[in-house]
Amino acid sequence: MNAANLDATVAAVWRLESPRVLARLARFVGDLDTAEELAQDTFVAAIEKWRQDGVPDNPAAWLHTTARYLAVDRIRRRDTHRNKVRLAAATSPQVVEHDLTELVDGDLADDLLGLIFMAAHPILSPDARSALTLKLVCGLDTEDIARAFLVPGPTIAQRVVRAKRTLSAANIRFELPGPAERPGRLAAVREVIYLVFNEGYSATSGDSWMRTDLCAEALRLGRMLASLTPHDTESLGLLGLMELQASRLKARTGPDGEAVLLMDQDRNRWDHLLVRRGLATLERIDQLGGTAGPYALQAAIAACHARASTPEDTDWVRIAALYDGLAQISPSPVVELNRGVAVAQAFGPQAGLDIVLPLFDVAELRHYHLLPAVAGDLFCRTGEHGRARKHFLQAASLTSNTRERTTMQRRAAECAAQHADESSE
Amino acid sequence: MRYMVMHYQTQDMEDGIVPSPETQAAIEEYMREAAMSGVLLSGEGVGPSSAGARVEVTDGKVRVIDGPFAEAKELIGGFAILEVDSLAEAVEHARKFALLVGTERVDVRRVVEAEDLK
Repeated sequence: MNAANLDATVAAVWRLESPRVLARLARFVGDLDTAEELAQDTFVAAIEKWRQDGVPDNPAAWLHTTARYLAVDRIRRRDTHRNKVRLAAATSPQVVEHDLTELVDGDLADDLLGLIFMAAHPILSPDARSALTLKLVCGLDTEDIARAFLVPGPTIAQRVVRAKRTLSAANIRFELPGPAERPGRLAAVREVIYLVFNEGYSATSGDSWMRTDLCAEALRLGRMLASLTPHDTESLGLLGLMELQASRLKARTGPDGEAVLLMDQDRNRWDHLLVRRGLATLERIDQLGGTAGPYALQAAIAACHARASTPEDTDWVRIAALYDGLAQISPSPVVELNRGVAVAQAFGPQAGLDIVLPLFDVAELRHYHLLPAVAGDLFCRTGEHGRARKHFLQAASLTSNTRERTTMQRRAAECAAQHADESSE
Repeated sequence: MRYMVMHYQTQDMEDGIVPSPETQAAIEEYMREAAMSGVLLSGEGVGPSSAGARVEVTDGKVRVIDGPFAEAKELIGGFAILEVDSLAEAVEHARKFALLVGTERVDVRRVVEAEDLK
């Protein structure tokens, strides 16, 4: 195997195995810094050995064995050191010795889950959580993460360093949360995953409408989480939602890179494998029963769109009902706005405006370009093109995404033409 | 990027010999691992060729042949579709599968996407 192939193989093996190696090490030694050090040592050992002897038949097993060996060695040295210190201080005659038989191969699923909980710890800011999760759980390097988030490499590196420092200062150690804490901790994990997904799905800045590599990572994490918590309807809901939204990625950009909204998309360009997966996940949620949480409801809404082979087939009445449910369990101005859109589709633009117009008084939405965008669209449909045009111009001024701004300006111009026609009648 | 990973039959699979408990456990372990990796999009196994058929076309003439077919090693035993960043990653998954399940051959091929056809 030549050098280039070796590098590609090592990189691929590391991408796949480093989260698992790190997770096990974190369980062995308890703290993240030591675990990462040992993981790095394992990686270096692998490169050196494999360059000489070639890639072993079972690289994963080699890595895990080496990692364990390095961990045992580190723990023994730590214990020896502590004992020396105690003897020297004559403080206690007790000898410290870890029971190294504890360092058995536990359930990899639990280890991975423990690592995810650590990386997505609520004590960290969302930015810190995303950077740490992508690095530790997805096995991405800081350059990849930086490129995905359109920030400089050192920015991500700093975020990671600070995050680990925060965990260390708070003495956060590797452990699975108990039953009381678990729902809250899982919610924090889901929040990170969906944040990463949305960063890619609706790129808020930059020239392109989406960044699909972030969506891909979020999906990977979502699938991982769903397999680790297979009876958790919200984890399944998050996965279903992302699969269904991602199914539309290729249809969301026009030939010039402009934004294509859901109702205008060519549904032949939807990824039907992802649609099937999303719908299958929703079926599992139904089978598990219980009350649907916010992600499960949002997934159900996405499923309504996915099932419609043409826009006219969309079951808007069902979507409006699902939004009613979502507005009750997870109310927010944005949910209310989306509810307005659904109600307009189901019951007419005026019904939608009745929900949407009061939202202009909500402080949270003051800079949210989609509010005037929706209002503009609804006024177009009631025939009030003058008012529609004003709203589209406002929407254009509020968005920092160049593609979206172009779309809003175009719609404003269309309204101006309509309005001019109306005025001259 | 999507890759299809196709594994080939062993003679035991062709003969309908039920995999040993160890092999079944290994297959289950692989499925769990693949699910945990977050890259598995779909996958199926296929049964012995004795329950299948073959369509051969020569000069426009169609011949339908019932299984079983002689060459176990030339027969697909199943496939998986993976969403990964590179061929090398898909190969590592193929490697894991082959070692766990005991197949002698796994082919890895890139799934053609719409953009490739432009």
